Parts: sequence; C-alpha cells; structure tokens
Amino acid sequence: MALSTKHLLGIKDLNSEDIQLILNTAGQFKEVLQRPVKKVPTLRDVNIVNLFYENSTRTRISFELAEKRLSADVVNFTVSSSSAAKGETLLDTVNNILSMKVDMVVMRHSASGAPHFLAKHIDAAIINAGDGINEHPTQALLDAFSMREKLGKLEGIKVAIIGDIMHSRVALSNIYLLKKMGAEVIVSGPPTLIPRYLQEAMGVKVEYNIDKALAWCDVANVLRIQLERQNQPLFSSLREYNLAYGITQERLSKLNKEIIIMHPGPINRGVEMDSDVADSQHSIILDQVENGVAVRMACLYLLTGRTNPTS
Amino acid sequence: MTLISEQQLPSIIKRLAHQILETYPGLENTVIVGLQPRGVFLSDKIVAALKQEIAADLVQYGKLDITFFRDDIRRELHLGSETHLPFSIEGKTVILIDDVLFTGRTIRAALDALLSFGRPSNVRLCVLVDRKPSRELPIQPDFTGKEMDTLTPYKVKVRWKENEGVDDVILLEE
Repeated sequence: MALSTKHLLGIKDLNSEDIQLILNTAGQFKEVLQRPVKKVPTLRDVNIVNLFYENSTRTRISFELAEKRLSADVVNFTVSSSSAAKGETLLDTVNNILSMKVDMVVMRHSASGAPHFLAKHIDAAIINAGDGINEHPTQALLDAFSMREKLGKLEGIKVAIIGDIMHSRVALSNIYLLKKMGAEVIVSGPPTLIPRYLQEAMGVKVEYNIDKALAWCDVANVLRIQLERQNQPLFSSLREYNLAYGITQERLSKLNKEIIIMHPGPINRGVEMDSDVADSQHSIILDQVENGVAVRMACLYLLTGRTNPTS
Repeated sequence: MTLISEQQLPSIIKRLAHQILETYPGLENTVIVGLQPRGVFLSDKIVAALKQEIAADLVQYGKLDITFFRDDIRRELHLGSETHLPFSIEGKTVILIDDVLFTGRTIRAALDALLSFGRPSNVRLCVLVDRKPSRELPIQPDFTGKEMDTLTPYKVKVRWKENEGVDDVILLEE
C-alpha cells in the first residue's frame, strides 16, 4: 500500500485511504520521537530543499526537524537572501536547484497554485507547505492527527473552524480533510471573512453566531486573523473583533461542556483568542506543534517511497 | 513441502524456551524482544513457554518494529507496525526473536533500531528457521529451531494459527 499521489499538493488530491495511511504512519513516527535517540536512517541519501518564499517559523522548523530526524540531507532557501530577489523566476530557481540533484522540494509560496505549477514542470516530489490562500495540507493532517489522538476518531466528530476563513489555507485544507474523513464541519466568523457560496461549494454549514458554533462543536479550530492578506478593512477594529468573535474564557464557561481548543499559530493573543484560553488545559496548541514533526516525517517517508530509485 | 509440522512446532518452541533459560537462568537482567511483524507470533509463544517455567513477572517482553531502519526504501515501501518496549535495555541482555533468518539484513536493521533505545550489554538472536547458506551479512543465531543446510530455490513460509489457520513451516515455490 502506498499513497495515490506522487506529490502532496493539497488534501483535495488525497483519498481517505491516503489520509488514514499518513495518520497511521505518523503515529509510528510519534513513537520514534519518544525514544532516547530520535533519529532514524530511513531517508539517508535523499536530498530535500526547503523553498520558502514566505515567512514561516513553525512550519519551516518542523519540516527541517522532520527531515533531519529521517537522516535526509537538507538545503534551506529563503527568498530574501537568494537570486529570486534579483528577479529570477520560480521555475528557473527550482530547475537550477534540481540540477544539483535534489529529490524533493518542500515549498511555501504566497501565490496560490505555485506548487501545482511546479509539479507540471519538474520531476522531483513536491510537498506544499502552504500556497497563498489555497491549501496547507500538512497543517490539516497534523490537526486531524491531534484531533484523532484526543477523541479517538475523526468520523462523526463536530469541528467548528472559526475566524478568518476567507484568507486561510488552513481552513480549506481542514475542510477537505474533515469532510473526506466523515467529520461534521461548520465555519464561523464575521460575514466579511467567510467566502460566499462556501456552504454550496464545500458542503459545510456557516454559522455567524459564534456562541452557537461553540455550543455545537467538540473541537474549535481557531484561525489567525491574517492582516497581511487583507488590503481593505473587513472588520472595524481588532478590539471589536475580539469582543464579537474572540474566544474568551467567559464564552467557554457559558457552555455546559468542555471543548478542545486548537490554533495553527501564530496566535494574535487578545484578538482571535485570549491568553487564558490559549494556555488553558483544554488547549492542545502545543500538542499540534509536537505532532507536526511526526506528521511531516510520515509525509516525507511515504512520498520518498514513491520516488524512482534510479533518478 | 513441510519443513516443520504442526506436531513438531510446540516441542521446538519449548526447546528454545528451555535453551534460553539454561543460558540465562531466571532471565536475570535479560529481556525478550520480538521483531515486528512476523517474529512476534513466535516470540508470543516462546514468552508463553517461558512463563510456564518461571514467574511471569520475571519475563520482560517487548516488540520492535524495524521498518524505518531498513536500507531499501527506494526499492519497496514498507509500512511500520507498533514498537512497544516497556522497559530500559541499558546494560541488559536482549534476546531478539524472529521467525526466519535469511540474508541477515533484517537483523542488521534490528540492531540499529535497538541501539536507539540505549546500550544493551549484549544482544542474542533466536530464530525458528536458520537459512544459513543464504546469508549476506556476518550474522548468526544463538538459538535455532531448525537449520536449513542447503541453498534452496524455495521460499520458507512460517504459518501461524492467528493468520493462516495453522501452525507450521512450509517450503513454497517462488
């Protein structure tokens, strides 16, 4: 059994068996990460380039640790210190890197579809580490892994995705994944941050009243307000956003149940989520980060198994 | 063709358990580790036999998966199984158990995998079938159920009740 795809461009292209396989393999890598020696030799002689055209802390460190713990050889590329700053095109940059014999490309880009474009032109396996407002598949996989770890399953669980849905690749990847795995999803947030026709296109319910969304769900996945992607005001102020849609302890204590709080990071404390919620025992935000390394090891491992031994 | 029949298998398992106990009386400072996936069927039975001879709490038993230590990921993708070693192996004698010792490559990987859990004082190997002439690496068993002296074109298949409905070892044409 192997993945049905050569690249990991988005959850959209995966089937439920692929997702199951990645999550199960990630479980085995999580056990590896508890050992006194956390490194395995499995990707020895595999060369991976991390191509980050957009800033990242968690994802980049997480991928790099995953690669190193699999014993891959890693090269890092950041756009600010590269020839891309001199005007080289994406395809030229990548072809130049690949001619130095690289097997796999992990890439983040601010343009939606950038990794899909590359996949049409190069042989190396590509992992999308976030493309514009399209997808962030490994984040959705680690979110799913963390939910499954906490609740024991994905099928039938109720997940509310809250906040800036419009600009969030995490939201889209999560919706694809959760629907494929049989979970129920509603999205909640201000109408200006939820795309129209989302309900029709993706089969998720939209609930503008956040208290109702919280009362309904088992898991609240709270997204960051992405001010850098908004070029017009979509809500009046950060403080007003917090009052109307922020996850506060007060909101949670009104529910007569406990829900799991997630956030892909980085958190705008006091905007989409208050500090006491982020640091509470219901928050699994740091578990998500920990699981991210195991999930990315699983993706790298399973995709390497699909590369041609002679290439 | 049958190599070990259903009648012979229980006595071989019992003999292996006895030989282990003769060498390591009371399993003092000694742990048993079965190799996933197929070595575990054998180690389960050897452990059961050990527990008939000595107190059950003296038998420390774990399972080790070696998938991520293999050297052939680009030839064939293997999927892992569970690793569960509920004890420290530091300074202990570790008895590795697998069903068939063939090229020796699995055991090479198992030694690497084991060392990521600590530094055992020594490691011993117990197998049901030793296909000696097919060895590609300098690895030999310490406890052997049955030895095959000749190079055969056959595949050795160990069948277990849990999986194949019968406990025996047969030779299959490849």
